[in-house]
Amino acid sequence: MKKAWIRYCACFALLGSLLLALLVWNITAGSVDFTPGEILSTLLNPESGIIWGIRLPRVLAAAILGGGLSVSGFLLQTFFANPIAGPFVLGISSGAKLTVSLVMIFLLSRGVTVGSMGLIAAAFAGSMLSMGFILLLSRRVKQMSMLVISGVMTGYICSAVTDFLVTFADDSNIVNLRNWSLGSFSGTSWDNVKIMSWVIFASLALAFLMSKPIGAYQMGEVYAQNMGVNIKRFRVELILLSSVLSACVTAFAGPISFVGIAAPHLIKGLFHTAKPLVIIPACFLGGAVFCLFCDLIARTAFAPTDMNISSVTAIFGAPVVIYLMASQRSRRMKEGT
Amino acid sequence: MNEIYLHTQGLSVGYNGKPLIQDIRLKLGRGQIMTLIGPNGAGKSTILKTIIRQLARIAGTVYLDGAGMEKMSERDVSRRMSVLMTSHVHPELMTCEDVVSTGRYPYTGRLGILTREDREKVARCLELVHASQLAERDFSQISDGQRQRVLLARALCQEPEVLVLDEPTSFLDIRHKLELLAILKDMVRTRNLAVLMSLHELDLAQKISDYVVCVKGDRIDRQGTPEEIFTAGYMMELYGAARGSYNALYGSLELEPASGTPEVFVIGGGGAGIPVYRQLQRQGIPFAAGVLVENDLDYPVASVLAAQVVSEKSFQPVGEESFRLAAAVMERCRRVLCPVAAFGPVNERNRLLREMARETGKLDEAPTE
Repeated sequence: MKKAWIRYCACFALLGSLLLALLVWNITAGSVDFTPGEILSTLLNPESGIIWGIRLPRVLAAAILGGGLSVSGFLLQTFFANPIAGPFVLGISSGAKLTVSLVMIFLLSRGVTVGSMGLIAAAFAGSMLSMGFILLLSRRVKQMSMLVISGVMTGYICSAVTDFLVTFADDSNIVNLRNWSLGSFSGTSWDNVKIMSWVIFASLALAFLMSKPIGAYQMGEVYAQNMGVNIKRFRVELILLSSVLSACVTAFAGPISFVGIAAPHLIKGLFHTAKPLVIIPACFLGGAVFCLFCDLIARTAFAPTDMNISSVTAIFGAPVVIYLMASQRSRRMKEGT
Repeated sequence: MNEIYLHTQGLSVGYNGKPLIQDIRLKLGRGQIMTLIGPNGAGKSTILKTIIRQLARIAGTVYLDGAGMEKMSERDVSRRMSVLMTSHVHPELMTCEDVVSTGRYPYTGRLGILTREDREKVARCLELVHASQLAERDFSQISDGQRQRVLLARALCQEPEVLVLDEPTSFLDIRHKLELLAILKDMVRTRNLAVLMSLHELDLAQKISDYVVCVKGDRIDRQGTPEEIFTAGYMMELYGAARGSYNALYGSLELEPASGTPEVFVIGGGGAGIPVYRQLQRQGIPFAAGVLVENDLDYPVASVLAAQVVSEKSFQPVGEESFRLAAAVMERCRRVLCPVAAFGPVNERNRLLREMARETGKLDEAPTE
C-alpha cells in the first residue's frame, strides 16, 4: 500500500514538472522566440504583447481543455466499461461541432455575435444529442466494438453536415468557423480562458467528488448497486459531467481527436492503477501535458503555418487506440470467451 | 427454528412488468443456508436478482429483519446484504486487495478512503477465504477458483447479515467447489449469516443446504428440508427427466440402463460392483447383477442399471432360493465378472457362483478395462 503511494507521488511530480516545462516551452517557442526570463517579466508586469495577448491564453487553453477532454474520456470509459470509449470516437464531439456550427451560422448571418456561454450551451445540446443516440444504441448493441463503429459513423455524419453548412455559408465571419471546425487552440482570448476555467474546473471538482461511486462502478453495475450506489442517478450524473466537459472543449477548440482515450490509458499505465481518486486528477494533468505537447508541434512543425490540433493528436493518439483494441482482443482470446 | 432474517410475501418476479413466477414465499433464518434448485431457465436467477433489487419487483415485498426493503436506501441495504454473482467481472488494474476493499464501500466516507480499521478487515476477510497470498496479485490474472474466493471475501467484507449467491460454484473444478462451500458453511456457523443461493449441483445442494426451494418455470414447485426434497421420484419430476435416474441416498445420477436380455452376469457386493455396472452401461451391454442383499452398497445402482437383479432380503445371508435363481440367470449369460475379492458366511453362495462360472469357463478373470 505504501509502495503504491510512493509511486503515485513520483508520478504526480513527474507530470507536474512535465506540465511546467511544456508551459514554458510553449510560450517561448514560436514564430518569435522568447526567453524564460521574458515570460517572467511579462507575468510580473502584464502588458499587451505576444506573450500576454496571444501565447499565454492559447497555452492555458490547450492545458485546461486537454485536461478536460482526458477526464471526459476517463468518465466515458468507466461508464461503458471499455477502454476505447471517448468523446471523439463515440461521436459526441462531432455532435457538439454540428450544433455549434448551426448556431454560429444562423446567428452570424443575422449579425449577432455569440458569447462563450452561448457556444458552450450549443455544444452541450449537441453532445447530449449524440450521447442520447449512443445510449439508445447501446441498449441494442451489446458489443463494444460495434458501439464504437456506430459512434465513428455518427461522427462522420455530423462532420459531413457541418462541412456542408460551412462550405455554403459565405460570410466572411465563417472563415474562423472553418478553422475551428478542424480543431485549433488559436485565437483564444482571456475571456475564453476565464469561462473555460470555470466550467472545466467545476466539472473536474464534481468528478473528483464522485471518485467513490466511480470506483464502485468499475466493478460492474450489479456490485456497485450492492455496495449502495444509486445506479440510476449515478449514470445520469456521469453522462452529464462527461458531456459538459467535452462540450466545453468543443465549443472553444473544436473537435479534438483521441486525447480522451490516449491520455487516460497512458496515465493508468504510468500509475499502475485505475483508482478514480488518483486517476481523475492525474488524467487532467496527463491530458494537459498531451495537448500542450501536440499544440507545440502543431504551431512549430511547419511554422508559420498552424496545423490543426486534431491532426497532431491523431498521430500520437490513434496508435494507442489501435494498441488497446489489439490487446483487448488477445486478452479475450486468452480467456476463451 | 432460527430467527427469521429474510422473508418474502406474495413476491412476483419477472421481466418488463410481466410476472414469471408469482406468490413466492420464502423464509430464511439467521445461520441458515437456503438453496434454490431447478432446471436451467427456471427462474432461480430472476428471483435472486429481484431480491437484490437488480430487477424491479412485479408485486409483493421482501423483508429484511422485518422491515420492507422497498423503503430502505441503497446504503441501508448494502450494510445488510451482499452478493456474489455468476457474471465475470473484469475490473481494470485492480489487485485482489482492491477488489475486497470495495466491500468497505458502505462504511467509508465521501471519498471512499479506507481507515486502518477498514484495511485490517480487508486483510482478515482475505485470510478467511485463504487468499492472503493473493492480496497484491492482479485480479484479472488469477484463476476462476481464486476469483470466486476473492469475491466471497469482498462480500464478507461488507459485513452483511445475509449473503446472496448466484451459482457461486459454476466455472469451478471439484476441489474449488468444495473449498468454496466449506468456507461458506464456516461463515454461516461463525457469523450466524443467512445465506440464499442458487446451485446447479444437486449433490452439493443436498449436502450444504438447510432448506431447499425448487423453482420450476412458473412457480415454486416445492420447498422443504433436503430430506423432504431429494427423493428419487421428485428429482426426476422436477427436472422433467425421462431418461436416467437420480439416487437420493448417494446424490448421484445414473444414465439409462442398456436394455435387452443380460449378456454378462456380475457377481457384486460391498461396493465392488458399482464401477463394473457403470462400465457395462457405458459400453451398452445389458447385464444381470447378483446376488445382492437389498441393503448392499451395490444394490441401489444395480437396481437402476442392470437388466435384472437377483437379490436377497436385507441383513440375510444369500439363501438357497436366490442362489438357484442366480445360477439359472448366469447359465444364460455369455460371460461372468466377479469384482468381489472377499467372501464370508453372508456371501458364501456367491463364492459358489464364482466357482461354477470358473468351471464352465465363463469367468472373466481379469476385469475388463
